[in-house]
Amino acid sequence: MTMASAESYIAQSPDIACSTLGDDTIIMSTLDSTVFLLNQVGTAIWKAADGATSLARIVQEKVCTEFEVPEAQALADAEEFVAELAEHGILAVSPEPVPLKEVR
Amino acid sequence: MSLLEEMNQKATKLGVPLSAHMDITWRCNERCVHCYLDHEGKGEMTTAEIKDILRQMAECGTFFLSISGGEPLLRRDCFEILEYARGLRLNVKLKTNAVMIGAKEAARIKELGLEMVQISLYSHLAEVHDGITKLPGSWRRTIAAIGRLKANGVKVSLTNVLMTQNSGHARAVKRLAEELEVGFVVDPTITPKLNGDRSILRLGITREEMEEIFHAEEFVGDVAEYCAPTGAVDDDVLDGYSCSAGHTLAYISPFAEVFPCVQFPMPCGSLRKQSFREIWWHSEALGQVRATRVRELHTCSSCTHVPYCSRCPGLAYMEGDFRGPSPQDCEKSFIRTGIPSAGQLAAKGRVPAVAGLIQIAGALPVAS
Repeated sequence: MTMASAESYIAQSPDIACSTLGDDTIIMSTLDSTVFLLNQVGTAIWKAADGATSLARIVQEKVCTEFEVPEAQALADAEEFVAELAEHGILAVSPEPVPLKEVR
Repeated sequence: MSLLEEMNQKATKLGVPLSAHMDITWRCNERCVHCYLDHEGKGEMTTAEIKDILRQMAECGTFFLSISGGEPLLRRDCFEILEYARGLRLNVKLKTNAVMIGAKEAARIKELGLEMVQISLYSHLAEVHDGITKLPGSWRRTIAAIGRLKANGVKVSLTNVLMTQNSGHARAVKRLAEELEVGFVVDPTITPKLNGDRSILRLGITREEMEEIFHAEEFVGDVAEYCAPTGAVDDDVLDGYSCSAGHTLAYISPFAEVFPCVQFPMPCGSLRKQSFREIWWHSEALGQVRATRVRELHTCSSCTHVPYCSRCPGLAYMEGDFRGPSPQDCEKSFIRTGIPSAGQLAAKGRVPAVAGLIQIAGALPVAS
């Protein structure tokens, strides 16, 4: 299992297909064909996964300000969410900021 | 409910064209005896037109995209189109006969991250396959291409359309697919040409041959469930739709025309005159399709098969009325269950007065 922490930087992988469906986001890994339907919270994290913003900041700025959820719980849920997507090659997780073009 | 069903249900509710099928050409290097297309190439969309339409569809929420033909690889810009579609982060499937896929093309397909390559293979025997495609050596080239795609880690699925020429070959083709470690889909239906020519229907397999397919676990899974007579015809069924055509699925012809589905040639608009969004939301034809729930189908709404029938509104349209029965699907329902459909009884002049009971009572005379 890929580990993700508050200090991790997350970036969208190019090995995906994705589209918006209402407030949700459909994402499929082209590596293993796994499909996810992200809800609004998942979509907010996905959209913010630019490789330059830490997960803690994404949770603070994109999750806790928009959704009524305690920060500690939101961060724990986000870490689990990121780890699962990373496991399928949908998100790249790094201890340092990652320029998007380097994400493979 | 599966994730795909959930996505489709949500897309239907929101009116999102979740899936699109785009034929980028009708030209082909094969001349399959059962093909429903003509092979006219004049007036095909330009590369720029195709890219613009793909962008418009992605903006409208399209996720699944099938690029097909004709033979799509006959277009020199096929890979440019595929690359553009992947750049839009669409989930792309390529439908091809694969005879033009060499080492370079197979590697490029892998690099682009296509979801799947779907390949037509008619027989395990080269001479039978080549006899259908009318292209000598096509079987050998297709099989070699499958090997190249697999060597590159590309997901491949074979489609085995059955007709008189290859009747009885489905099991052997399935075994071949297993040996090649690729997917397999059997399709026992020959459809009329899109121009209305029905002469190719004579190539369809017999009722007995279709019955053998429909009653074989290796093709349909749980035979008892697949061939179970009927389900409850409740409001959920009657308020539902026949299929996703025009609801969450759009077909784009090589000439920039929009239709509900590749098998549903009801003109909905030209992308050379209107945007995709305008056609998708405001086409009168699409409005009619979407307004037609199962309860509005004049014959099928009273049919006992309606909960599980694979009724194709496109085939019904080619019979003259998309709200009517599709005789080929009536036949399939009958072959699965042994119970004639309301459409079959109506065609024989025996209109079922009470859904279900009369049809069962009238089972035998329908067999021809």
